[in-house]
Amino acid sequence: MKDIITLAIESSCDETAASVLRNGREILSNVISTQIELHKKFGGVVPEVASRKHLENIDAVVQEALDEANMQFSDIDHIAATYGPGMVGALLVGLSHAKALAYTLDIPLVGVNHIEGHVSANYIEHKDLKPPFITLIVSGGHTHLVEVKDYGEYEILGKTRDDASGEAFDKIARAMGLGYPGGPIIDKLAKEGNKHAIEFPRAYIDEGYDFSFSGLKSAVLNYLNAKKMKNEEIVVEDVAASFQEAVVEVLSTKALKAAKEKGYSTIALAGGVASNSALREKITEMSKSEGIEIKYPSLILCTDNAAMIGCAGYYNFINGRIHDMSLNAVPNLKIGQR
Amino acid sequence: MKVLGIDTSSMATSIAVIEDNKLICEYTVNTKKTHSQKLMPMIENMLMMSDLKIKEIDMITICIGPGSFTGLRIGMATAKAIAHVNNLPIVGVNSLEMLAANMDLCDKNICSVLDAQRNQVYTGKYSFENGKLTELCDVDVVEIETLIDELSATDEEWIMVGEAVYKYEEMVNNTKNICIPQPSHNVSKASSLCSVAIDKYSKNIDVKDCYTIYPMYIRKSQAEVQYDEKMKRLNDGK
Ligand SMILES: [Zn+2]
Repeated sequence: MKDIITLAIESSCDETAASVLRNGREILSNVISTQIELHKKFGGVVPEVASRKHLENIDAVVQEALDEANMQFSDIDHIAATYGPGMVGALLVGLSHAKALAYTLDIPLVGVNHIEGHVSANYIEHKDLKPPFITLIVSGGHTHLVEVKDYGEYEILGKTRDDASGEAFDKIARAMGLGYPGGPIIDKLAKEGNKHAIEFPRAYIDEGYDFSFSGLKSAVLNYLNAKKMKNEEIVVEDVAASFQEAVVEVLSTKALKAAKEKGYSTIALAGGVASNSALREKITEMSKSEGIEIKYPSLILCTDNAAMIGCAGYYNFINGRIHDMSLNAVPNLKIGQR
Repeated sequence: MKVLGIDTSSMATSIAVIEDNKLICEYTVNTKKTHSQKLMPMIENMLMMSDLKIKEIDMITICIGPGSFTGLRIGMATAKAIAHVNNLPIVGVNSLEMLAANMDLCDKNICSVLDAQRNQVYTGKYSFENGKLTELCDVDVVEIETLIDELSATDEEWIMVGEAVYKYEEMVNNTKNICIPQPSHNVSKASSLCSVAIDKYSKNIDVKDCYTIYPMYIRKSQAEVQYDEKMKRLNDGK
């Protein structure tokens, strides 16, 4: 059978990315142009600044992806592009570019859900992974527990009722004056701290599959304020470690509960927070006695990238889920929404 | 040479193909539907109706702004992709000179306006000298009152073109040396865009490619404005 070559574009947040894949799971190139430095001075991603940068970068990133893959436009069988969720202005740059590429090349366009892309990063990493399995999607914008029933078929079991897990990391890091983005900074500091130093609350909200991190966030902020009021020294390493422990314990507990109750033997982690070392350790340790296998993508595939979009797009393509030229960005696109 | 013009700088989406002196097709939709939903289906339809293939296009011209930031980016991301695949030049034309070109050979001075929100307009001033469109000053963003006062203080005749005139119609009508053209002239037209671009291309002005063309935003993002103000306060020691 002839190989299927995918050209994928991702621009939902602050990375302009393009990738070429062979048969959905083999990366031929994975180019990521990050804007983290550009947004640092604002303390977070500024949509207008991000959108402008995406437009400046997009053609060079696409060309680099083709060059690295040793491919020409004429070798591409279909285009895949993120159309949501994300910042609408940012999404529209990548999507408009992708639509015009598909039209000019006269090949199909596949719009991809960014979150489904994160889940699909696991297919690239683990060549033997097949649905069904449970996935825990954790990032700056999302915290979802999802049953992956088949390629492109998802059922949401639970989600956060307030802050996303990654968002909580960012807010706590900002409150301690640690900078942006918060996740990697806290992960690093926590290695030097005692995770049992402070007992922060865990929200199991009546043991369902939903999450809540606002109570934990308030508890940490209150703790920091109280210390400041009393002029007591704050051991940032201990706060980071104790806060992180509370987050990863809740995430791990709920994911394992879902796998056990639904009868799955595999949990795949996905999203930026899936690169958190404490989460990887905790859930792997907790799953051992349960006979459940934990999978997660390598660090580069946990960040926003276009290879994961290409992989999800490939499965949409071979299952006939393609889009026409009227496709618009959907900033609050839900997992499994078609 | 077949030139495809794309304008998404205002609410209207306008596209056209001109070959030499012949307008082959033009398609303008001035509704609230987003450029993202309108632009590609319009290109697809227009070329199909005209028995043209996108491969036959030799040059692209795009309105670089000023205008709606998101609109500009949709048009430009589209133009860049077509130009990238087919290795075409892209000629950038600003939205105000494009509007001025609607008033071809008009003997009054031309003041183009585009709504910039917050009681402001993007504006440019032009005249036709010896049949050629000439820019009288740089493109700017100003309060509408300031602009009208400035024009009324000259003893010249002005025609104010662009849909923003309807937003300030009363004010304009009360100024005796400014008049408003008929509605079809006030909407951005890709055919006018193509005409300006063909002239520029012949003089090798503003000829770019998919890597070098940028929108003309005029305004910084709100976050940058606030950041600059903060840094200024800090530097002033306040
Ligand atoms: Zn992401």
